[in-house]
Amino acid sequence: MSQPRADHNLVTDRGLARLPEGLFEQRAAAIVALMKARAQRPASEPASLRWQEEIISREIPMGASVLDLGCGDGFLLERLIRERNVRGQGVEIDPDQVFSCVDRGVPVIQADLGAGLRWCPDKAFDVVVLEETLQTLQNPREVLEEMLRVGKRGIVSFPNFAHYRVIIDLAARSRMPVTERLPYYWYESANIHLLTLRDLLDWAGSSGVNIVSGYALVDGAPRELRADDDLLAEEVLVVVERT
Amino acid sequence: MTPEEKDGTRGSGPEALDSVGWTSAYTLRLVSADAPIELELGGRMGPIDVEYETYGVLSPRKDNVVFIAHALSGDAHVAGWDKDTDKNGRVWRQRKPGWWDAVVGPGKAIDTNRYFVICPNVLGSCYGTTGPASIDPRTSKPYGLHFPMVTVGDWVKLHARLLDALGIEHVHAVMGGSLGGQQALELALAFPDRVERAVVLASSARLSAQGLAFNAVARYCILNDPNFAGGDYYGSDKGPDAGLAAARMLAHITYLSDEGMHEKFGRRLQRNIEQKAGFGIEFAVESYLDYQGRAFVERFDANSYLYVTRAMDYYDAAAAWGNGNLVEACRRVRANALVVSFDSDWLYPPEDCKDLAMALARTGVRVTYAEVPSRFGHDSFLVETQKVGRLLRSFLAH
Repeated sequence: MSQPRADHNLVTDRGLARLPEGLFEQRAAAIVALMKARAQRPASEPASLRWQEEIISREIPMGASVLDLGCGDGFLLERLIRERNVRGQGVEIDPDQVFSCVDRGVPVIQADLGAGLRWCPDKAFDVVVLEETLQTLQNPREVLEEMLRVGKRGIVSFPNFAHYRVIIDLAARSRMPVTERLPYYWYESANIHLLTLRDLLDWAGSSGVNIVSGYALVDGAPRELRADDDLLAEEVLVVVERT
Repeated sequence: MTPEEKDGTRGSGPEALDSVGWTSAYTLRLVSADAPIELELGGRMGPIDVEYETYGVLSPRKDNVVFIAHALSGDAHVAGWDKDTDKNGRVWRQRKPGWWDAVVGPGKAIDTNRYFVICPNVLGSCYGTTGPASIDPRTSKPYGLHFPMVTVGDWVKLHARLLDALGIEHVHAVMGGSLGGQQALELALAFPDRVERAVVLASSARLSAQGLAFNAVARYCILNDPNFAGGDYYGSDKGPDAGLAAARMLAHITYLSDEGMHEKFGRRLQRNIEQKAGFGIEFAVESYLDYQGRAFVERFDANSYLYVTRAMDYYDAAAAWGNGNLVEACRRVRANALVVSFDSDWLYPPEDCKDLAMALARTGVRVTYAEVPSRFGHDSFLVETQKVGRLLRSFLAH
């Protein structure tokens, strides 16, 4: 089990005083400004839920071998097999989804990612995909480690819990945020390990993992990830590899 | 409305549009007396006749073959209605179609409009293929226990010979459940270049200790039946019927699950039981087992049960092909594989099936592993025809 952190910049009532002068007020003002600015704009078209698949398809070389962890109904792998001629393999825990994969002709192993990928040799796949799955896992760090053991590269995507609307929802309503990208009440959500862009970058930094490229869903449209996207990115997709 | 529709036989009888209809088996001498085959455990065997059935039409390119292997007590009669029960004496087939009729037929999961289906009866069984009840040409008497030990490996060599005889080089798929699944795996291991897809249902690379134990008790029942007579009971009017029935009753327990039995029978008493008074058939579950035991004696040979269960015991894919290492063994496989387990199966439990799937996955072949929720235990591969059918239909199509 991981230890509770005795933390340098943990915000407690006493710790708040130790934050750099005015930082908290500055952040709060920035979030409110973001919200107000966006409230003036015409509503953006909601992005297709498949925006990530466009990018993943572009990021994956023709003929690569691809392991999709938590592959759902096999939609992505079917597309990659068809468009990129990949050797695809999925892993999925839900038997109904496994049936859908078989219907699509996608090879799939029904298994719990939490139990590891012992069956899979080191660097057996060119790319391992973890699309919108990380935050649902019991032991996400172990799965990330396994991803980079069995794959030469990893592609990880997740909803960013530091998106300004999430923060406002939590701050204003004192309830777990329910947004377009996080549409579940706390008691029915599969998202048990929500994280932020910064959390992911921290993990990468402390685990010797290099961010090869990154993308963010901002105002309903995907674009390349920028350094200061932590409040703006609704969803994040990064390509990672061991340095 | 036709008379058939009126009396409700439409959709279930041989005239049903999705039935393969009336069937007739073929018998082929695959091994002649003067050119016997070497058996895996030593000794030679010949002649060998094999009974098999086929459905559908072999395509001109011979690329639409689905090879089905049957399980322990199965036969070549996979689907349809046996036309020849008067001649072959298998009268129980008048009551019901082949053992996988729900899955095999025109428009069904294994669509005989599209695929050419072949299923042979295995060596040592009692449905037309040479077995212990066949006449030993050396003595002109039934083999009995002089029949040699046969293995899954021997069966699969004969399967390949049958394909040769039919001029078929590759199979689109080989499949089977339980002991049939092990034949499917073995064909993919022994003849990797001839198998494009392998489907292993409710089966694994070897039987567990618990499975070995069940088979041991089954054989004990037969071997210790007072009428067993060292296996030489064919001329007698009494065979080891009680032993064979007990073996079958035990086997049926292993095919169901606790939950399934509870649901089907509970502690219900038979309708005609008024008071609990002795050791007769009182509970519904007793009656079910009693019926299964009796029905089996009508249709199966005790010696065959000994030989076929032994072949099941001995099968170990890792030992045969990988010096005990299943992953090494699986490196031989070229086929796309589908391994299906059932969560309530305790004869071939999901963990064992999954071990096989994972070993295959480790070698980099395309593998699908599905653990189907079902309360029907090991029998699920025969009973869950909707779920299994969907998996088979999709897997064969890609």
